[in-house]
Amino acid sequence: MSSDQPLVLGIETSCDETGVGIVRGTTLLADAVASSVDEHARFGGVVPEVASRAHLQAMVPTLERALATAGVRAADVDAVAVTAGPGLAGALLVGVAAAKAYALALGKPLYGINHLAAHVAVDLLEHGPLDEPCVALLVSGGHSSLLMVPRVGGEDVVELGATVDDAAGEAYDKVARLLGLPFPGGPPIDRLAAEGDPDAIAFPRAMREDGFAFSFSGLKTAVARWVEARRRAGEPVPIADVAASFQEAVADVLTAKAIRAAADQGVEHLIIGGGVAANSRLRALAQQRCDAAGIRLRVPRPGLCTDNGAMVAALGAQLVAHGATPSALDLPADSALPVTDVLV
Amino acid sequence: MLVLVIDTSSAAVTAALVDVSGQATVRAERVTINARGHGELLAPSIAACLSAAGVAPAELRAVVAGTGPGPFTGLRVGLVTAAVFAATLGIPTYGVCSLDALGDAGRDEPALLVATDARRAEVYWARYARGARVDGPAVSRPAEVPTDGITAVAGQGADLYDFGVPVRPERYPPPGSLARCAADRVRARAPSEPLVPLYLRRPDAVAPGAPKAVTP
Ligand SMILES: [Zn+2]
Repeated sequence: MSSDQPLVLGIETSCDETGVGIVRGTTLLADAVASSVDEHARFGGVVPEVASRAHLQAMVPTLERALATAGVRAADVDAVAVTAGPGLAGALLVGVAAAKAYALALGKPLYGINHLAAHVAVDLLEHGPLDEPCVALLVSGGHSSLLMVPRVGGEDVVELGATVDDAAGEAYDKVARLLGLPFPGGPPIDRLAAEGDPDAIAFPRAMREDGFAFSFSGLKTAVARWVEARRRAGEPVPIADVAASFQEAVADVLTAKAIRAAADQGVEHLIIGGGVAANSRLRALAQQRCDAAGIRLRVPRPGLCTDNGAMVAALGAQLVAHGATPSALDLPADSALPVTDVLV
Repeated sequence: MLVLVIDTSSAAVTAALVDVSGQATVRAERVTINARGHGELLAPSIAACLSAAGVAPAELRAVVAGTGPGPFTGLRVGLVTAAVFAATLGIPTYGVCSLDALGDAGRDEPALLVATDARRAEVYWARYARGARVDGPAVSRPAEVPTDGITAVAGQGADLYDFGVPVRPERYPPPGSLARCAADRVRARAPSEPLVPLYLRRPDAVAPGAPKAVTP
């Protein structure tokens, strides 16, 4: 193997996307994803057992699709990387078992890696070497974290803050349900918000001043109260205004804290990842505030922001290139893997 | 004609290498009783079997996997391991209802009940006449399992519930029997089969009603 340009296959099953990606160093060769999102829609949220069943069903077809797209044979791969956590326990287990089987059958080294660190590393595939150190804002339906990343693939990631209740994407899903919009809530709220007034309703911004933790539960409740009051009074609910005002509150809190974290850490680079990074208002507001603060912003394209195998492969390739020690075959899946454990 | 055998449908984490050229001959096996250990123990168990038998994965003809029924999380570990292991080597997979392996082990019984632990005070069960499945697989409360005329019971369910008949020694799907149940297909080079888990239960999930009001 070319040690600085290893051919790495990455497997991701931490939530509802079955992802298999293949990279050569920082070059993306394949990014196959099978999503079970439609199967969760009628439940209004990801059902772990439904996700796990879908992972098992999709694993081999997705793996074969990735290999075919990359034009490589299974045996050509130099190493296998897999999300070991954090995420849904039963879902993670499917991916971890799949990666072990691949590594064992072909005698390849196995790397159990951290999902959050992979969200950061994926940007290498789109924008090349990251400016280090950087602050990372990772927001999705499953997690909301603010991290200090001294070096991509390094073990010294520091969690500056995380959500104390709902993840940002979860708040979107709950507000969408309240407004009678489909799951997942991000895209329909983003679309409606474009037609609404973001200043129409002053929803609360939780914990603006203290620390870097997030809380979205209070915001969600405030939206529910406001909507219920209108309904009770027999007045129409201006859902575009509610969507725009809610979205503004979320984007405001996320970007304000991210910018403050970068300033606090003396860091000039911010990267945003996770499914919510596809949100148009979050991207626009982050760009505007980064420009004003003299911070350089990097956001991977939406397809790389959501969960995928390429991000796992990207981080795996960095670990291989840095000579990291492979994981053992008894590698556990850890639903609460701390962000400091980049490699398990 | 060596096959890798995997079964994770019960508390037993089972891996074995079995030669199915003639009688199914177990060349190496690792069976560990650990109901929550499938994810961590299975791959090392396969590695241990390969090294004990001095066999390279490329020498394997097929992968035979127990498709359950069994507790979902563990069952999936075995099936995804089998499917990916075979796919990367380009060898076929064959599925065996895990209860059938216990039925095969008790093929001298005229009317055998196989019952395994389905948790929630239920059992997965099937009935066999001299090794051939005649009823099931199904999941039921033990009192609702049809036991008329049975001569013996096998499987871990026999430790948990009294079926009123003699209990055979087999508790978990024996590796040799799993291989025997697929041996004809291996020898005939039958087409590879998708490994479809026998869940027998739907996921526990209910579609939500209208959102609950937050204001009293
Ligand atoms: Zn994610």
